[in-house]
Amino acid sequence: MFDRRLIENFNWGLLGLICFIGGFGLMVLYSSDTAGDDAARILFSKQLIWFGAGSVLMIACFLFNYKHLDRWAHFIYGACIVLLICVPLFGKYVGGARRWIALGPVSIQPSELAKLAVIIILSRYYSRVINADGLTFRNLIPPMLYTLVPFVLILRQPDLGTAMLILIIAGMMTIFVKIERRTLLGIFSFGALSVPVVWYFLKGYQKQRILTFLNPDRDPLGTGYHIIQSKIAIGSGMMFGKGYLKGTQNALSFLPEQHTDFIFSVLAEEWGFMGASVMILLFFLLVVRGLHVAYGCREPFGTVLAVGLSAMLFSQIVINIAMVMGLMPVVGVPLPLVSYGGSSVASVMAAAGILMNISMRRFMVE
Amino acid sequence: MADYLKGIDSEWFRHRLSLAVLVALVAFVVITGRLFHLQIVEGETYRMLSETNSIRLQTVEPQRGLIFDRNGELLVDNRPSFDVTVIPRDARPVPVTLHRLAQYAGIPLGELFTRMEKNNGNPSFKPVLLHSDADRNILAAIEARRFDLPGVFIDVKTRRQYLHRASAAHLLGYLGEVNSTELKSKKYPDLRFGDLIGKCGVEKAYDAVLRGKRGRRQVEVDASGQVMRVIRQADAVPGKNVFLTIDHRLQQLAETLLMDVAGAAVALDPKNGHVLVLASSPSFNPNAFVSGISHKDWQALISNPQRPMENKAIQAEYPPASTYKIITAIAGLEEGVIDENTTFFCPGHYRFGNRSYRCWKKGGHGHMNVEKALTESCDVFFYQVGQRLGVDRLAKWAMRFGFGAPTGIDLEHEAEGLIPTAAWKKEKTGIPWQKGETLSIAIGQGFNLVTPLQQAVMIAAVANGGIRYKPMLIQSIRSADGKEAVHLEKKDVDHIPLHRRTLEIIQKSLWNVVNTRKGTAWRSRVEGLHISGKTGTAQVIGRKENKTEDKDKKRLAKYKDHAWFVAYAPAPDPEIAVAVVVEHGGHGSSAAAPIAKALIQYYLMPEGKAATPAAGRTGRIERH
Repeated sequence: MFDRRLIENFNWGLLGLICFIGGFGLMVLYSSDTAGDDAARILFSKQLIWFGAGSVLMIACFLFNYKHLDRWAHFIYGACIVLLICVPLFGKYVGGARRWIALGPVSIQPSELAKLAVIIILSRYYSRVINADGLTFRNLIPPMLYTLVPFVLILRQPDLGTAMLILIIAGMMTIFVKIERRTLLGIFSFGALSVPVVWYFLKGYQKQRILTFLNPDRDPLGTGYHIIQSKIAIGSGMMFGKGYLKGTQNALSFLPEQHTDFIFSVLAEEWGFMGASVMILLFFLLVVRGLHVAYGCREPFGTVLAVGLSAMLFSQIVINIAMVMGLMPVVGVPLPLVSYGGSSVASVMAAAGILMNISMRRFMVE
Repeated sequence: MADYLKGIDSEWFRHRLSLAVLVALVAFVVITGRLFHLQIVEGETYRMLSETNSIRLQTVEPQRGLIFDRNGELLVDNRPSFDVTVIPRDARPVPVTLHRLAQYAGIPLGELFTRMEKNNGNPSFKPVLLHSDADRNILAAIEARRFDLPGVFIDVKTRRQYLHRASAAHLLGYLGEVNSTELKSKKYPDLRFGDLIGKCGVEKAYDAVLRGKRGRRQVEVDASGQVMRVIRQADAVPGKNVFLTIDHRLQQLAETLLMDVAGAAVALDPKNGHVLVLASSPSFNPNAFVSGISHKDWQALISNPQRPMENKAIQAEYPPASTYKIITAIAGLEEGVIDENTTFFCPGHYRFGNRSYRCWKKGGHGHMNVEKALTESCDVFFYQVGQRLGVDRLAKWAMRFGFGAPTGIDLEHEAEGLIPTAAWKKEKTGIPWQKGETLSIAIGQGFNLVTPLQQAVMIAAVANGGIRYKPMLIQSIRSADGKEAVHLEKKDVDHIPLHRRTLEIIQKSLWNVVNTRKGTAWRSRVEGLHISGKTGTAQVIGRKENKTEDKDKKRLAKYKDHAWFVAYAPAPDPEIAVAVVVEHGGHGSSAAAPIAKALIQYYLMPEGKAATPAAGRTGRIERH
């Protein structure tokens, strides 16, 4: 029987934010795309299709009761691991890495799915062991395994950005549910001690790679160059921007991947501080909205799940923007709802759908 | 709220969620602060940088490695070449600049505009090549009027130069622009459109070694696009130099001797499988490919009936003819179907089934043992050895000597030849093996096909006592400072198990071929030099055909037989093994043997007075 309260409790605010950010993102994408002349509006129209498909996915994600996710957690997680194992065996090569797998007519990136699967299974686990004293070390062993298996599989694709994201999201969820002070101290001191030991055993080229990752200036002609161009693009936007469709850095394709990872630079160049800070505000509201869903939820699984999904949105937003502004190393993390790409849109829309799901069923505690 | 969670209630969650919001707030404030810093505090600076677009990334091309022969003689070099390029966004208005350029430098305006149009759609800061390999006059004209030609640059590049033009062209190969299939193949991750890569020969096989690594530099340019300063630079790593095992003087001699005919000559060092000569005739000039060959020239090359683009030494397959009797003799002795005393009578033909198989000598050779039969190349003797062996045992020994499979030399598209077996024929044609066919195989005239390189490997193995080496082309790979950069492993492919007596008989017979009056290569003997060898005359048209028609045809060059000679010297401790084939050259003894003789003589007696043009050159041949 259909419950009227579901509609009454629908989270219109969250939907509105998604529409705002998505619309803004499409405008920016249109600019970054048309500026690259020839290829014309192909990417823009494809992104429209992604949003269409993403909306369907979002609706699908709030139609069923999210508590089923608690029951299906192991199945979803297992299926996801199988897909990740299949990627190196049957995956498609795109740009030097195997990340895609074809399921019938559609290609998917199992690593995007893995983010959600890890969030779901950790929510299930934490909702059962959570307590006011915090988790003990023994409590932390299963979530470590849940996280490390997909982390290693994705790292080997190789997709450093997504692998790190999974680690970061899992870390945030774990800290949220609270770790025993003793254990926390233990983990930190172990981590601090093991760094020099691991460093000692690394080979020279591996050390170089890590140093370059931490400090792109060591490779000024590769990623360092991208960062400089990105900073010029952002900085040159000044207060009011150069105007929509008038970005020059972007037009001359000085920016690498201007419609995916570096799209925020295009936005900041054309819309200036006014536009870019509004976008950042919208993103902040999106994250707060997600946490608000957790706040409203009255049972632990839903709460932890909502926190995990918010952490996913938060980390992607902050890492991407910090990266294009030269605050963080360059890793391939797309900006939610703005960067071009079907899998990114799909995973963000699915996350939003689940958040809406939790929000609209918050009064249905049995 | 679930009861089993001790101490967990809404208040607890709300507290932690408030902390989470606080963390998010801090993070967003930090990135907004950074945004403010970039756009408001430093905005002016960045706006200026973006307007002049003054920071650019340029690539620094590495120097491609050079190619030398075994004696350090330079074969492939790089020379500077000056390309005229333009950066459209610095050259505005572009048509005016191009008009001026055409006027000053005397480059046809049409050419400039064609090049410009081809580049439509590329970003305007990317240089466009207007005129490649510009001469002095053009360079002087451009340098003198630099201020009237904004955005026009002279790009100094290196261009590959094949110093000896067509000499060893098949072996060295040439460079060409990378194509989209090669780019997609993932074999060349660093390459972009327009880059040059080795398209064949050593240039291709050792492309990764020769190419080096491209460097990059970040530069600041002024308004007209001139480089003001280099901000940062990662140097290019030059390619490594390759020293071939080829003896280029000997190679050139082989090419001179093969001039005007189609054919190939291969010389190996039987002690280690080093390739001394790998000549294929006719040849082509690889320099023509460096700047892009014209359609007309390309058509001329590929429609030439003598197939200049084919490396006949490794790609052309011929019937081995009588040279194959070496294999038949070895197989017969080793399988025990004959011994050194087995004698057959040759009346000039041999009856088998309902057919008569002829010997090349109409009157017959009389009584023959294996040594005599090899020396005089008696067909009837080997018909009977073949008949006793059967096709499969014969094939087994041919394969042990490397026939029927690529030798594994580091060059592409090596042909594998063909050694027929009963199973092969059944599968291929559906018809079972006919015993009579074994007879033709035994004298090298059936289905069997071999390449000149395979022949050289075989005769080298006979010369060195049964070691079949993989032919080696590279002596060493050295970095620019002369240090050995890549260690090359040396490995013989196979020790063929041969009885000492078998080897002695074969080696004695092959010595007789050249050094006794009845031997088929008697005319190619050299006083004081122990050359051993075997002639072969591969029929282009079958013996069965109508005789009168046969004779008419034989007068036409294209129906003349292919001439073979395989040889090694000096007899007791051979230092060189040679295989020569001359297409439609007629008899092996008259067309191929003299070439092999000249090569051996030049290599072993460099100060000798061999009547060849190359022998007059200064300098000695060093042997290793």
